[in-house]
Amino acid sequence: MARGKGPPITEAWRGITFTRRALVVGGAQAAVGIALAARMAYISVIDNDRYVLESESNRVNLTLVPPRRGWIVDRHGKALANNRVSLRIDIIPDRLHNREVVLGQLRTLLQLDGDTMERINRDLKAASGFQPVAVAEDMSEAEYASILVRLPEMPGIAPQRGFARNYPTGAAVGHLIGYVGAPNAEEYQKAKDPLYITPGYRIGKDGLEKYFQPMLKGKPGARRVEVTARGRVVRDLETQPDVQGRTVHLTIDADLQEYAARRMGRESGAIVVIDCLNGDILSFVSMPSFDPNSFSDGISNNEYSWLRADDHQPLINKATRGLYPPGSTLKPMAAIAAVEHGVDPSERHTCIGGYRLGNRFFRCLGTHGSIDMPTAIMKSCNSYFYWLAHRLGYDAMAPTAKLLGLGEEFQLAGSNQRYGTIPDSAWKQSRYDQKWTASDSLNAVIGQGYVSVNPLQLAVMSARIASGRRLYPRLINRAFKNEPLPFSPEALAVARQGMDLVVNGAGTAVRSRLPLDGITMGGKTGTAQVRGLASGSRGQSGAWKYRDHGLFVCFAPVENPRYAASVVIEHGMGGSRAAAPIAKDIFTFLYDREKAMEALETFEAGWGGTIKERMDRDYAAWKAGASSDPNPELPQ
Amino acid sequence: MIVVPPAIQRIPWKLIALLTAITGFGILVLYSAAGGNWSPWAWQQSLRFAVFLTVALIIGRLPLRIFEEFSYLAYIGVLILLFAVELLGFVGGGSQRWLNLGFMNLQPSELMKVTIVVALARFYAQLPPGNTRSWTALWPALLMIGVPVAMVMLQPDLGTALSICIGGVVVMFVAGLPFWWFGGTAIAGAAALPVLFSFLHDYQQKRVLIFLDPESDPLGAGYHISQSKIAIGSGGIGGKGFLNGSQSHLDYLPEGHTDFVFATMAEEWGLIGGLALIFGFFLLLRWGTRVALRARTRFGQLTATGLTMTIFFYIAVNLMMVMGLAPVVGIPLPLFSYGGSSMLTIMTCVGIILAIENDSKTGTRRLH
Repeated sequence: MARGKGPPITEAWRGITFTRRALVVGGAQAAVGIALAARMAYISVIDNDRYVLESESNRVNLTLVPPRRGWIVDRHGKALANNRVSLRIDIIPDRLHNREVVLGQLRTLLQLDGDTMERINRDLKAASGFQPVAVAEDMSEAEYASILVRLPEMPGIAPQRGFARNYPTGAAVGHLIGYVGAPNAEEYQKAKDPLYITPGYRIGKDGLEKYFQPMLKGKPGARRVEVTARGRVVRDLETQPDVQGRTVHLTIDADLQEYAARRMGRESGAIVVIDCLNGDILSFVSMPSFDPNSFSDGISNNEYSWLRADDHQPLINKATRGLYPPGSTLKPMAAIAAVEHGVDPSERHTCIGGYRLGNRFFRCLGTHGSIDMPTAIMKSCNSYFYWLAHRLGYDAMAPTAKLLGLGEEFQLAGSNQRYGTIPDSAWKQSRYDQKWTASDSLNAVIGQGYVSVNPLQLAVMSARIASGRRLYPRLINRAFKNEPLPFSPEALAVARQGMDLVVNGAGTAVRSRLPLDGITMGGKTGTAQVRGLASGSRGQSGAWKYRDHGLFVCFAPVENPRYAASVVIEHGMGGSRAAAPIAKDIFTFLYDREKAMEALETFEAGWGGTIKERMDRDYAAWKAGASSDPNPELPQ
Repeated sequence: MIVVPPAIQRIPWKLIALLTAITGFGILVLYSAAGGNWSPWAWQQSLRFAVFLTVALIIGRLPLRIFEEFSYLAYIGVLILLFAVELLGFVGGGSQRWLNLGFMNLQPSELMKVTIVVALARFYAQLPPGNTRSWTALWPALLMIGVPVAMVMLQPDLGTALSICIGGVVVMFVAGLPFWWFGGTAIAGAAALPVLFSFLHDYQQKRVLIFLDPESDPLGAGYHISQSKIAIGSGGIGGKGFLNGSQSHLDYLPEGHTDFVFATMAEEWGLIGGLALIFGFFLLLRWGTRVALRARTRFGQLTATGLTMTIFFYIAVNLMMVMGLAPVVGIPLPLFSYGGSSMLTIMTCVGIILAIENDSKTGTRRLH
């Protein structure tokens, strides 16, 4: 329609135009109406499936129920790790909108201390999205109820009635079992399992808990609930129960484990007890330890720095990660090697208070006179073994040491081992590019110099000497060949005889004879220097960390060995003084519990209570000290 | 043969039945949205409908001449009210859209939707035919539309402003103004869209952006559209059944009884319910268009077309919004959504159209 032209404008024209245009408007309206109807049909028919799904996922909230973790039990089925009911409160960071207010309310309601608040804040920072942060566990019914009633005012708070990991003997199994903890963001990214971000779910973080995680974890249950947009639960739809994880059976004897841990007292060290029939590890103790219950509940910053600050290193498993010069405990091994290389055990050597090698004089602890091999073991005569080492060379002895398990890394469930060194000339050549010397042999034969072993290896060594078989240590029921050692019965007999004399003859550990009728213990003490002899001091006094280590390897009964053990007491000043008495009580416990417990209770009265009582008190004292100490990282 | 008294005959039974059907259906949905309760919405909506239907029937019996004569006066009056609202809002600090009359909250902008149509219809009815293509046919109309639209935009109420615009422009269109004026404006408007967009308030801009990509913010402002589509889509052909809509009952659907009532209905009644309702609205609009075509006076023609368009605009924008075809602008679904203001407007429109229908039955056509 051109401007200014066209038909003359009359009323008739206007009427026609109106009709025409009204029909256009009406037609446009109808077209829009049809389009809308088509759009609706498209959404509700073609896209129906998708929207039904979305509507369901709106309506139905699937809550995973964390599975109950499998138990870890000892050889008799007694629980080392089990579960207990736990009323817990979590925070879901993504739903927490008014952080300060909610945290403040929680703090007042639950009377949380500064430690806990600090941990919650730290966890909140590290948490990702929906990963829950534990606020409190093991709450009383009253506390739990006080939170439940205020739930609507505290978005982001998730109360739950669940299970928590429980270690009945606490610190006694810390290094053996490890601990569990809430998965962190990294582990969740790796596993991509929604269970990992479910409140109350724990995975094994260390030790056997970590190693057996696939067995222990179980299958989660599921709770389907109908919820409103604001998260209020309208009704339960269906619940599928969880499947508990499988039980892990250990070779450990729970009672012995706890006894050994308690008997260690305030000392720092490790005890390993092995069954001489099959290599079962009956006790696997490293003290001081941490309480795995604290770790499983989410350890506080304070408690963790307390553990870190302790110079007794409670976070290190000394049974497999502690390396010590074994000292004289290797002398029975040297005796076996000597007999195997044709030395007559009855051949005598005269100890004149030391041994001259060239222009150097290697000292003995006494002047033992003319002695044979068993007597040399009994008296722990260095001169005799210097003489043997000089005569045979250490290359003749190192293979025997290795056959007895020294320097070996064992396939042991959940353990992280440092396996130390059994030196020989090839080793020195490759390591230091130096020739092996005679004085190296002399140092090595008395378990000093380059030699280092861990307590587990020492226990395996005594078990192999006692049984004559190549026992392989185990924590679970796995089959090993345990074939006989390629040593002559005579060689083994000399070593056992010498060890018998150490305790039951006129040896270094006569004060640690078993207080039992008809059962005797054979053993060998060791005193390992922390500082070189050159320093002049014998490490029998002075600062704790410069004192000598005390070691003891042993087996019982002498006639028909059933148990073997190693005891290492760091800076205990001597094997006969620190380690042998503990071994005595542990073997006593195996045969006569009442007698052993009597002895322990006397000791504990002197030490200031059980492990837990002492730990609680030490922690409290440390906290009190730390708050006034400007540099809490330093040991007190 | 039964003799029906003329007084009864004059009552528009068919129209009443249609309005009652649509509103009745809406009341059922409101009953369900309240979780199977008459309160708080269904009962009040019924009462309101009864009152407003009576008002509409009364308006329908008034002589058409009255509307024509009072149209400018009404327009000026509503304009003053709009100004008063603006002033009150300014004094009270913040935006205000209604005046509290004691018994109800009056939204002058709602009244403007009707008065703009009536006033413009009178203007074009009085305009000599020869001036239809002249400047005098344009500027007074633009001024009459522009002033209230500007005021409503200040409130700010984009939906109502658009509605006023559309009602006015349709009257101009059917009044016979040159076709290319509209086409040109439409093109210019499309070109100026980005500029206009920048004049919008932040929250309005956000709504538009989210409409363009609702999934970008499914838990935030895109939530309305997403949840509405889920409700409609999950209803399928037959719906989930009366009282069984989970989206609305579990509060996932926001405004399920007002702006998004169509989604609430569609979830429970499905495509069948939706098509039935759209058909009902079609019948209502067809009636309005027929009245316009048969109107005895030019004023009647223009008014009926404009008011029909106003009703249509409500329906179309609301349905487009709930189906994700338009931004969330806050326009209720006529007769269906819970609320007094929109029902008052719609029933006033219906009443005036009814008056035009009655007028056309009385005398000869005089399309001067």
